[in-house]
Amino acid sequence: MTMNEHTFISALKSQFNGEQHEFRGESTLLIQRDQLLDVTRKIREMGFERLSDITAVDYFPQENPRFHLAYQFTSLANHATLGLRVPVPGVNPSVATIEGIYPNANWRERELYDMFGIQIDGHSDLRRILMPHDWEGHPLRKDYPLGYEEPQFTFNFDEIDVRKPYAKD
Amino acid sequence: MGVEQKLANMGVVTTTLEKAVNWSRTGAMWPMLFGLACCAIEMMSAQSSHYDMSRFGMELMRPSPRQSDLMIVAGRVSRKMAPVLRRLYDQMPEPKWVIAMGDCASCGGVFNNYAIMQGVDEVVPVDVYVAGCPPRPEALIHGIVTLHHKVRGEKLKDWA
Repeated sequence: MTMNEHTFISALKSQFNGEQHEFRGESTLLIQRDQLLDVTRKIREMGFERLSDITAVDYFPQENPRFHLAYQFTSLANHATLGLRVPVPGVNPSVATIEGIYPNANWRERELYDMFGIQIDGHSDLRRILMPHDWEGHPLRKDYPLGYEEPQFTFNFDEIDVRKPYAKD
Repeated sequence: MGVEQKLANMGVVTTTLEKAVNWSRTGAMWPMLFGLACCAIEMMSAQSSHYDMSRFGMELMRPSPRQSDLMIVAGRVSRKMAPVLRRLYDQMPEPKWVIAMGDCASCGGVFNNYAIMQGVDEVVPVDVYVAGCPPRPEALIHGIVTLHHKVRGEKLKDWA
């Protein structure tokens, strides 16, 4: 962690009282869900001009919190990166949009909704972004079936061939 | 010493309509210019000077499905892409053929999951499957020559 990041983290911690994690020189701040907008606004003020990524982790059998949202910010001017983690419960998971602070969060949050089924409150255009629009389920959830198809070998060729869908001309 | 001999002496070659049409179809097959994944790199390589697919009358790739009669599905097809692929196939004029190039297009390959079609034959009728991950240009050319054999064997009575 560089000197810069140290100052940023301690400034955030003194104001919002988050839990700090450090791994291989990258620092992450774990905050509560209702603090997200305030913390993000503060991060933007501190000079992190770029939102690099938003993604989530699904700790499936565990229900509360089931998801951790991971936000990654970069400051090109200060040569610093900063992570935010926001725990979200598994029942009706939702989080406020940070689109108003970082406009590129629009597509990232759509991906979050598409892949994890996390409702983004206040989002201007919450549609699926990767999967087809009529898709059911959210594929990156741990309880989502893989859709595994049984491989066709010599010994079970005919059996699978019967139920395999083929195109008509 | 039939009529063929006499005609040949006069500089005329006789053949059946079936053979002539099939021969002309194989001689200038226009594949559609689209690649979906890494197989497309091998497809481009097959067209370039080293392998030179134009030896088989196939140097002209058409970006428009209206002008092409061979679809080479070069790569994995995601479920979101499948309706688009079928639409392109429907836009191609008859007669048309499909080559499923590589393991992904043939059977899903290593992508045995929810997002990828388990074989492109679920949406379009495939004539030739080319195995490999990705297939070498020689394998693709072999697949095309195999398709040419298939086309030469087509019957007049099936055209109508």
